[in-house]
Amino acid sequence: MAALIRCEDLWKIYRLGDVEVQALRGLNLSIDSGEFVAVMGASGSGKSTLMNILGCLDQPTTGRYWLNDVDAAGLRADQLADIRNRQIGFVFQNFNLIPRTSALENAQLPLFYRGVSLREQRVLATEALCRVGLQGREGHYPTQLSGGQQQRVAIARALVTAPSLLLADEPTGNLDTESSREIMTILDQLNKEQGITIILVTHETDIAAYAEREIVMKDGRILTDRHTKSTVPLSGPEA
Amino acid sequence: MPAFVLLTVLTAIRILSRNRLRAGLTMLGIVIGVGAVIAMVSIGEGAKAAVAKRVASMGTNVIMVLPGSMTASGVRGGQGGAVTLTISDGMELKKRIPMLSEVGWGKRDTMQIINGNKNWSGLVNGISPSYLTIRDWSFSSGGAFTQQDVDTADRVALLGQTVVENLFDVGEEPVGAIIRIKNVPFRVIGVLSPKGQSSQGSDQDDIIFIPFSTAERKVFGTQFLGSVGALFASTERLEDLTPAAAQIRDVIRARHRLQPDQEDDFTIRTQVDIGKVQESTSETLTVMLFAIASVSLLVGGIGIMNILLVSVTERTREIGVRMAVGAKRRHIVMQFLIEAVTLSVVGGCLGILVGILGARVTTAIAGWPTIISAETVMAAFVFSIAVGLFFGLYPANKASRLNPIDALRYE
Repeated sequence: MAALIRCEDLWKIYRLGDVEVQALRGLNLSIDSGEFVAVMGASGSGKSTLMNILGCLDQPTTGRYWLNDVDAAGLRADQLADIRNRQIGFVFQNFNLIPRTSALENAQLPLFYRGVSLREQRVLATEALCRVGLQGREGHYPTQLSGGQQQRVAIARALVTAPSLLLADEPTGNLDTESSREIMTILDQLNKEQGITIILVTHETDIAAYAEREIVMKDGRILTDRHTKSTVPLSGPEA
Repeated sequence: MPAFVLLTVLTAIRILSRNRLRAGLTMLGIVIGVGAVIAMVSIGEGAKAAVAKRVASMGTNVIMVLPGSMTASGVRGGQGGAVTLTISDGMELKKRIPMLSEVGWGKRDTMQIINGNKNWSGLVNGISPSYLTIRDWSFSSGGAFTQQDVDTADRVALLGQTVVENLFDVGEEPVGAIIRIKNVPFRVIGVLSPKGQSSQGSDQDDIIFIPFSTAERKVFGTQFLGSVGALFASTERLEDLTPAAAQIRDVIRARHRLQPDQEDDFTIRTQVDIGKVQESTSETLTVMLFAIASVSLLVGGIGIMNILLVSVTERTREIGVRMAVGAKRRHIVMQFLIEAVTLSVVGGCLGILVGILGARVTTAIAGWPTIISAETVMAAFVFSIAVGLFFGLYPANKASRLNPIDALRYE
């Protein structure tokens, strides 16, 4: 299977005043299409930095990042926005829905920036809400929805563009156990039934257990990388 | 793209209506600014039109020649103090300058006028019949006297509206009545149509016209027969006014045998000169009023900028989310610009209404004439769009330059 994601010697260096912070230190990573990966690690291990780069929200200081064989490291801001719009879906810990805007309109948002007709936006967004079990709640505002429901709207928003990659940054961090289980079931289904590649950042081992592959980071590098469910052996280092 | 703009406008309206009080207060600056501009400009335009009307009431393409000052033993008299202009000067002008369509003359004095038991002190003008043509006087009843009346020095009079009001009862017919000017009986043969105020602000209708010869011989008791208070001339075309004035100067200088180093012993004024002075005054007024009103529009624009900057800060997370799902810089710029323009345009439209209302109220209360032209309204509308764009640009640009990661993390 072709690699959806390939990272080569990624470095990310921040300057905070006089202090230089090396968030990523020569990280190499390859993720195939259809994988369900959990990224774990202590805070400050570089998880979020990695996710930002994988999500084309940020650029590495040095190194290469191919997404679908496109080198994202050299792209301009508008081109990155296009990639985010067409290939990547985001699910955040704090849902990040647009306030005082209905569930349907929140789910429509990526299509709005893609220039899709309003009618098609409605149809696709309604369908996406349906897939996360929110039919009948299209007109609800975020404040009228429970945390789990808000996160499902966020998933619908991520799904509506049929992305090849779904990045979930602690999607259950603000949810109770029951809602967490619902969200993880939805993500699991999306991965199994629609083959969407999912990368999940989490602190909780029971959440990480939904994934098939577990990457543990430490000090800007990958500490361990192992398959937890599948018997397929890890692909070797890039030739 | 048009669909995007339309949806962004709808979004902007919804976002603004979430916070109605704030949007309303922000708009208020623009409403007051645009309202002030409209009201002020309409007052200025009204003043200008009133001036133009007064200048026009002088007649059509009028040239006035006034006698100059007289210097006797080093004591200089005021303008018109000399009796240097005569009827023969006038006749010479008529003969020598074909450009002049009419030449007339007159002299004036304030006299007591009596009708029955009423009396009034009015400005009596002895004039040549052509004077009425030059100054565009028309009649509300009766008619003018003729050259024959002048030749025979008939005792006939034309009365202005103000004189009629003071000498006659309401409903009493002046034409045909006998009045006395300085105890000389005159028959009223015409009543003049009102002209209103002159460009200097005096009442043009407080006037009595009698034939020049009659005035000279029977009323004023003139020292030098044939001397006039002023000469009047008119041209067919407006553009002939200035060249004609130059020719008049040459002719009169020659007749008065003035040496090249001597000053004119008369003064020439054309309607254009008078109009220019008056117009420049009201022009200055308009510009000043506009400048003052523009300041409030500027303040309104700053209000919009301020509230948008607040809004950008408040909605940093939202901007981050929009960027994460694929909004490009120009999308974010557009969103905030459209919000700014929506505020300023709605404010501008309300301002136009307020301005029109303000102009009406000014006319009703202060009695000042106001004119609201379509150009003013259009300019105010376009200007309010421009204010929105100008003051929206900085906040919009600021929003679009946010780093999506920082924006998403913003608390």
